[in-house]
Amino acid sequence: MMTFPFLTTALLAPVIAALIIVFLPKEKVKFYKTTAAIGTGISLFISLYVYFGYDQATGGLQWVDFGRPIPWIADLGVTWHMAVDGLSLPLLLLTNLIGFTAVFASWNVSKRPKELMILLLLLITGVMGTFVAQNLFIFLLFYEVVVIPIYIMVVIWGSSKRVTKEYAAMKLTIYLLIGSAFLLVGVIALFVKSVALSGTADMSFEALAQIDFPEQFQIYIFALLLVGFGSLLSMWPFHSWSPDGYAGAPTAVSMIHAGVLKKIGGYGLIRFAIYVLPLGANFWAPYIAVLGVIGVAYAAMSALAQKDLKYLVGYSSVSHMGYVLLGLASLGVIGVNGAVAAMFAHGVMASLFFAMIGFIYERTHTRYIPDLGGLSHYAPRLAAGFMLAGMASLGLPGLVTFIPEFTIFLASFEVFGWLAVVAIAGIIITALYILRAGANTLFGPANPQFKGLQDLKGPEMVPLVVLGSVLVIGGIMPSLLFDMIDSATAPIMTQINAALQIGGR
Amino acid sequence: MIEFALNYAWLVPLLPVLSFLTIVFLTRPWARLSSAVAIGAMLGSFLLASSLAWGVFTNPAFIEEPLHYSLRWLGMEGFTVNAGILIDPASAMMLFMVSLVALLVQIYSTGYMKGDPHYSLFFAYLSLFAASMLGLVISSNLLQMFIFWELVGLCSYLLIGFYTYKVSAREAAKKAFITTRIGDFGMLLGILFLQIQFNTLDLLELAAVIPNFAQLGVSLGLLTLIAILFFLGPVAKSGQFPLHVWLPDAMEGPTPVSALIHAATMVVAGVYLVGRMLFLFVEVPGSLTVVAFIGAFTALFAATIAVTQREIKRILAYSTVSQLGYMMLALGVGSLSASLFHLWTHAFFKALMFLAAGSVLHALHNKADVWEMGGLIRKMPITGWTFVVGGLAIAGIPPFAGFWSKDEILLVTWEYARHGHALGYLFFAFAALTAFLTAFYIWRLIFLVFFGPEKANDHVHESPLSMTLPLLVLAVLSGVAGLIGTPWTNLWSTWIHFGDAHSGEPAYLLMLLSVVLALAGIGLAFILYCKDQDKQAARSLAKKYPALYNLSYRKYYIDEAYTWFTRKIVDGGAKVIYLFDIYLVDGVVNGLAALTKGSGQGLKYLQTGKLQTYALIFFLAVLVLTVAFNLDSANALAHLGGVK
Amino acid sequence: MAGALNPSYFVVLSAALFTIGIYGALSKKNAIAVLISIELMLGAVNINLVAFNKYFTPEAFSGQIFAIFVITVAAVEVGLGLALIIALCRRRNTTALDDLDWLKW
Repeated sequence: MMTFPFLTTALLAPVIAALIIVFLPKEKVKFYKTTAAIGTGISLFISLYVYFGYDQATGGLQWVDFGRPIPWIADLGVTWHMAVDGLSLPLLLLTNLIGFTAVFASWNVSKRPKELMILLLLLITGVMGTFVAQNLFIFLLFYEVVVIPIYIMVVIWGSSKRVTKEYAAMKLTIYLLIGSAFLLVGVIALFVKSVALSGTADMSFEALAQIDFPEQFQIYIFALLLVGFGSLLSMWPFHSWSPDGYAGAPTAVSMIHAGVLKKIGGYGLIRFAIYVLPLGANFWAPYIAVLGVIGVAYAAMSALAQKDLKYLVGYSSVSHMGYVLLGLASLGVIGVNGAVAAMFAHGVMASLFFAMIGFIYERTHTRYIPDLGGLSHYAPRLAAGFMLAGMASLGLPGLVTFIPEFTIFLASFEVFGWLAVVAIAGIIITALYILRAGANTLFGPANPQFKGLQDLKGPEMVPLVVLGSVLVIGGIMPSLLFDMIDSATAPIMTQINAALQIGGR
Repeated sequence: MIEFALNYAWLVPLLPVLSFLTIVFLTRPWARLSSAVAIGAMLGSFLLASSLAWGVFTNPAFIEEPLHYSLRWLGMEGFTVNAGILIDPASAMMLFMVSLVALLVQIYSTGYMKGDPHYSLFFAYLSLFAASMLGLVISSNLLQMFIFWELVGLCSYLLIGFYTYKVSAREAAKKAFITTRIGDFGMLLGILFLQIQFNTLDLLELAAVIPNFAQLGVSLGLLTLIAILFFLGPVAKSGQFPLHVWLPDAMEGPTPVSALIHAATMVVAGVYLVGRMLFLFVEVPGSLTVVAFIGAFTALFAATIAVTQREIKRILAYSTVSQLGYMMLALGVGSLSASLFHLWTHAFFKALMFLAAGSVLHALHNKADVWEMGGLIRKMPITGWTFVVGGLAIAGIPPFAGFWSKDEILLVTWEYARHGHALGYLFFAFAALTAFLTAFYIWRLIFLVFFGPEKANDHVHESPLSMTLPLLVLAVLSGVAGLIGTPWTNLWSTWIHFGDAHSGEPAYLLMLLSVVLALAGIGLAFILYCKDQDKQAARSLAKKYPALYNLSYRKYYIDEAYTWFTRKIVDGGAKVIYLFDIYLVDGVVNGLAALTKGSGQGLKYLQTGKLQTYALIFFLAVLVLTVAFNLDSANALAHLGGVK
Repeated sequence: MAGALNPSYFVVLSAALFTIGIYGALSKKNAIAVLISIELMLGAVNINLVAFNKYFTPEAFSGQIFAIFVITVAAVEVGLGLALIIALCRRRNTTALDDLDWLKW
């Protein structure tokens, strides 16, 4: 087994880049943008290497750093246990894809670029950490690392539209913190109970999953975790931070937040809540499905009423997370596979979308759809990127988003019947608002007001090229993604089903 | 060559994909080179497809044992998709037809699109479309087919909206996508049902298991539901009532696109798909009746609209809707061969008429109103005469292609009626009436545009060879393509059939009826629009029955109804939900925040700032706590006193 | 010695001193008076410390040592307190505690 700490290296690369940038003079703008790109590039490279080096046939946790968990706080069972399996790998890769491209999407920021890059790098590290930590404590630790940079970034680099950026930042932060407060209560109760039941203190997910918690206890704790992770995943009705937050946030934050940070919620639900508390999950699954379906329909309709591009994508991502919840609630291999893949797909799509909207805003200083129009005449590449993201958003077959949606539909239709039909009907509404936005922003008569608008060029092409090719490749070869996820979910779901059988339900 | 084509059938769709990629990423700045790449790739595809088709049609084994190979594309527990290739005579015919029409349209476009700033892009899109369509045709799996199905929809969207500066084009593109999406929603549900109930999406496997549905615990009602849901996809894609509204608007795209996508190939995908899935529909007769009814109704309905339209492409578009209705009708009465035969002949004569119309528009600089044209046949002889050939074919004059296929449809409908389906007589009446109307409106168009007095159109001249050559080829095909399916030598139905091959006696009476109907239609058009130079009779007819005229001219107000529904119901609902979100959901959130803030505001008055007040509270608290903690230890004081 | 001195005398004395100190600290308006009252309270504590040490653990000196600590701390506190009061007096020209309420809302 490999003992070189690849994952820790991937975690440290952005931190080191941030440290280097701290000591670089303020004037060397190019220099530290390049440093940031290199830092995230190293992480991206490592995650690609790990992704394709992972042995799917064997499955389980691989690429364990130092070959074993390193004890850290023995009394709490905390270990530095960095490893990946088919569940964390797609999300790790996603994080680094988006982190890398987010650096390029903020290439033109002229306001305090140095601080922006430092915070961005720390943010990426935090998100990455949550996906590779196999210890609950470390998972929560990284999660908290994420919150603070986001607040600062929104307040300094954000923009005020319907709501002020201070409001948006506060809403975002407080939602994240309230979510984590619920989580913390659940985690502490769970840990105390686990020590009582097993006699040893071990916070690793695997160890916790081996313990048979009493059913009633599982139901209570699962509810806490559901609220915590659910508000992170913008589950209806805990979603209202999402549109405001994205609209207020600068491009890079919107990309990372919608792209991966949200996915911590979904990842936590599978990796932790469902995995450790299968009976609780079983109890709450119908409710999750209902909330998911409401989220899909409700957010899609709200998106239809939006005039601001970022609000539109904000609501759209709430709607897409409804699909994820629906997939998870089916509690079957197909649905969970679909949910994880949908998170990956949505991450790529949403960050491309936000990057493109960011570029539009940079050039036109507006995101208000009625003010825009005819952009494709001046900026065809920008328009192509926008349409690509839009098509992915409406689940066009041949792009990475389709098969995940299809598998979610398949699983939820089988389990929930006609409830799922409402969610499936969401594809019509999605098409409606995406195409309307695309048509009114990009097409129509050329607007002389935007004459001389620059098309994407140089470093700005990176998000389009990188994320766009992931969209297409993932669509043509979905097994690249699904086989990986399946190698993790199949054993997990087997274990859960076994627990449900014993649980007598 | 044939062996190669059969083994490498996947190359047929792959070549256009490659040309798409080449144009987009490499040759876009060089217009001529781009079109050469596209046409070269298409030519390759066509050659492969035709040798493949030759191989299939000369080898009767393929009729019963289709060529099928597949690879694992996606797999997990309970859901496996093998993508692959399924070639039987039907798909071989489609491959040949699609690649041929695509090739001709691309050649035509080199003339038509000359000088367009996005010339290269146009060829890239056409290539992508051809690739998706060819992929759809040879798919062996429903999911794979659905992917291509949506991709052709995407290409259609891109090409309808190709003139991005036109608001009408952008709206039409959007409408097309969303309308077909509604159908796809139903189709998706159908596919999901099939996967859940039968655990496979492979066409051959489905064909094997569906007849035994009862043993698998699937009720007839559920299967009917599946079939109807599934049928929604073809209804939208093939422009059947009530989801036909996008197709006439799709004429906003460049004319070659209308010819290729919205007449010859993509819109017939729905028919093809129903044909492919006929094994599902025949199990539930109720669903077949629905198919037949929708088809017959659409055929007549669209024909009545086409009678009064003024835009040349719009007339042709409604004509397409109507002809697609014929094909659906044929499927509904259970005849795959009649349906696909009409699909085959229709592709040629309709593509021909669209391309000829494009040639007219090209010459007239996009003046589209037929009432402002006239006598063009003298200035544009090739365009004019080829259009006339198309007109004869669609009207059903023997020996042109349309006659044989339409006759076949009438025949199978008649037989369907005679075999105890009372509704069949209604369908037959619809079909016969449509045949008459078709002849009438097409010849109305021809007389108005090409004959009669010349209107003041200076500088009108015949289109270049690149445009007339495809017209000539298509005109020849419109003339002869039906000859492989005459009642005497019916090669067609020995190749392509569902169940037993149809081998009926030639029905001379029906042939006579259909010819009479066609001639009556042409004659009426001649009287109203050619002989009568001022068109007095036609105008007064419209004046006399304004309600009828408006109903037809305004397309039965269906567009208005849809617009009303989207504007008021959907957008209104969206607005309500959004207001609910920002006032109620957000209201609760902000309310909680306000509560926190408010309680802080209230409690701050406890902070008097006076040190001594704090100290007082502090000491009192200590006192209270001391007493409280020592209450139960009643002997605390006694303990103190008891020392020593 | 019998009947003469027992801990209750010290306790009563210290309680009296402490209560006087509390009363002074809470009611006096002048900062210096408050400071003096606090000294009284500390003195009360010291008496307790020394007395309990004497009667309960005569072999150890911890109570005595604590008293010395308290005296030291008290001295420091008085020094600091007086310095603050002088600074206040200079800036605000007052030593009345009621005027020093700028920490309120």
